Amino acid sequence: MRKQTPSQTVGPFYAIGMTRKPMNVMATEATQGQRIRVEGQVFDGDGVAIPDVMVEIWQANAYGRYNHPDDKQEKPLDPSFTGWGRSGTDEKCFYNFETIKPGPVPGNEDSVQAPHINFVIFARGMLVHAYTRMYFGDEAGNESDPVLNSIKNKARRRTLVATRDEQNGKPVYRFDIRLQGGNETVFFDM
Amino acid sequence: MRVQEYNPRDWKSHPPYTFKAYGSSVKRGPLKRLVPIQQTLSEITGPLFSDIKLEAGEDDLTRNADTGKEAMGERIIVVGRVLDEDERPVPNTVIEIWQANAAGRYHHPVDQHNAPLDPNFTGAGRCVTNEKGEYRYLTIKPGAYPWLNHPNAWRPAHIHLSIFGPSFVTRLVTQFFFPGDPLIPLDPILSSVPTKNGRERLMASYAHDVTEPEFALGYRFDIVLRGRKATPFEAPR
Repeated sequence: MRKQTPSQTVGPFYAIGMTRKPMNVMATEATQGQRIRVEGQVFDGDGVAIPDVMVEIWQANAYGRYNHPDDKQEKPLDPSFTGWGRSGTDEKCFYNFETIKPGPVPGNEDSVQAPHINFVIFARGMLVHAYTRMYFGDEAGNESDPVLNSIKNKARRRTLVATRDEQNGKPVYRFDIRLQGGNETVFFDM
Repeated sequence: MRVQEYNPRDWKSHPPYTFKAYGSSVKRGPLKRLVPIQQTLSEITGPLFSDIKLEAGEDDLTRNADTGKEAMGERIIVVGRVLDEDERPVPNTVIEIWQANAAGRYHHPVDQHNAPLDPNFTGAGRCVTNEKGEYRYLTIKPGAYPWLNHPNAWRPAHIHLSIFGPSFVTRLVTQFFFPGDPLIPLDPILSSVPTKNGRERLMASYAHDVTEPEFALGYRFDIVLRGRKATPFEAPR
C-alpha cells in the first residue's frame, strides 16, 4: 500500500502550465444540447473576487451520459463533447464556460440526480483543491436531488444553485463561489 | 445504480485548507466542515484525454520555446511512475509541468523578481504516462526565488505538476522538491503537509541509473493517486 502524494498549491504562475490555451469552450457547432454559458466569480474570506483562481468542470452530455468507460448507461455518447473544461479568470475576475446543459444522471440506488456540473477550484493560496457542484436554478428536479438533499443545513443548499439570466437569447447561469464567510459555498469530501 | 468508489482523500497526507504560516491560504480555504457525499457516476468518471496527441518536444522543456535554441541551466532528466495506492500503474494519464527558470524566474507577467528571463525557456511542458504508468521529461533545474510571505522568504527549487488520473476524484496538483536543498525546512508551503513522511514524499530522489553520461543528471519522483475500493456487489432487495 502506497500513500497518496500530498497536494500543493497551484501558486501564482499556474497559467504557464495550465491556461496558456483557452479550454473553456466545450460546445462546438456539432455538440448536441442546449447551449448555455456558465460564469461567476470566486470570493475569498474578505468578500474580494480572486484574480488568480482556476476552475475546472466536468459534466454529462445532453442525454445524461459521461464520456468515460465507467459510465455504462445505454444513453448515446456525443462524439462532439468531452464534458471537460477549464477556465482562469478575466480582468474582472470572472471565470466562464461555453457549454451545454447536461441531462440528469443516475444517483446511487434508484435515485436520479438533477442536472448538475461538477466543479474543482484551484487558486494561489489553496493548498488543496476544493470540490463543489453547480445546479440549475430553473430545474424542478433539484427538489429530489439526493446530493442536495444530503446537505443537512437546508439554507446552505442554495449556495449550489446558479441563477439564470439571458444574453442574446442564450441562457447564462451565474454561479459565484464563496470560499469562506456567511454564505460559504458547500464543498464536498468525496 | 451502485458504483465502484475510490478511496477517500487521505487528510493525513494532504495539507489543511488553511495554514497560518502560508499567509495566502488563510482567507482562501473553506472554514466550514466539508459535506461528505457518497461517490456517484459524477465522481468516478472524469476527463481521460485518451485521444490526446502531444506535439513533438512538449516533454523537452530545454528546447520547446520555439526559438531553436537551448535553455540555460543545469539539464535534468525527471522520471517516475504514476500509481494508485495499491501500486497499480495509472497509464495514459496527462502530466502538466510548469516551473521557474534556472535563475528562479517564471515566464509570467506577475513575476517581477529581478532575475534574468531566458528567452529559450517557457517553463511549460506536458507528458503522458505509458502502459506501466511511467513518465519521463527533460528540463533544467529551477532556481530558488524570493516571495513576500514573510521577511526574507525564499521558495526552495521546485517543479509544479498537474495530474488527472482515471476519475474526477483522482485529480491532483502538487510540487516536488530536490534533495539537500537548505530552504526545504524553511518553506511554509511544504511545511503545510502535516506529516514528516508526507513531506518526504514530495522529494525527488537523485537517480544515478537515470543520469546520462556527458549529458544530464537524473531524478526520480513517483506520484500516488487515490486507489479504488473493491467492486461493489448489488444490495439484496
